[in-house]
Amino acid sequence: MPRLLGVDIPNDRPTVISLTYLYGVGPKTARELCHKAGVNPQVHARELGEDEVARIAALLDKDYVVEGQLRRQVNQNIQRLKDITCYRGVRHRRGLPVRGQRTRTNARTRKGPKKTVAGKKGVKDLR
Amino acid sequence: MGRSLKKGPYVDAKLFGKVDRQNQSGVKEAITTWARACTIIPEFVGHTFMVHNGKTHLKVFVTEDMVGHRLGEFAPTRSFRGHGGKAKAETKAGGGGGK
Repeated sequence: MPRLLGVDIPNDRPTVISLTYLYGVGPKTARELCHKAGVNPQVHARELGEDEVARIAALLDKDYVVEGQLRRQVNQNIQRLKDITCYRGVRHRRGLPVRGQRTRTNARTRKGPKKTVAGKKGVKDLR
Repeated sequence: MGRSLKKGPYVDAKLFGKVDRQNQSGVKEAITTWARACTIIPEFVGHTFMVHNGKTHLKVFVTEDMVGHRLGEFAPTRSFRGHGGKAKAETKAGGGGGK
């Protein structure tokens, strides 16, 4: 199994697919990488030669922001919003949806599992 | 959806005039404004605005990081004070009363 960027070891699937296992590399970037590195996108990752892996790694290093660096960047952006206490920052702090979605119902991804409130209308019906 | 680049950022003309005059004279006083939709431009940095939130004017000190945001983003229009709580639950149980 080839190793890219230290920890990530894409498995034995076509190169385009296995590259998407990297954080920050989706189908589009994966296709781009294969093209630029001159690698057959359909060949399985395990059959990649050392030089091919090295070329992909070099490309990623040079032109792309991926993995830890990208994660840091995203967190910094969120932290910035929190620090300037703008509306979006406040929503991030409170763990509520940031982009104006409704919160009367749904929004479970941001709010987490349901917290049932006793005595609230409709609680009886749930039982 | 962003605003058309052709138009450039929306800056309230009257507000910009006030900021401009303050920049030239050097005095910095809080500017009271209702222009929540006005984009913060670099010239605003270091100024203090009193931004209307629908009820009162909230003090907003503009820093460099805020450039590109709008004034209204820093003056929340809603104040959520939490649901329920003991006092409220009791008044409800007591029957009637409450606000």
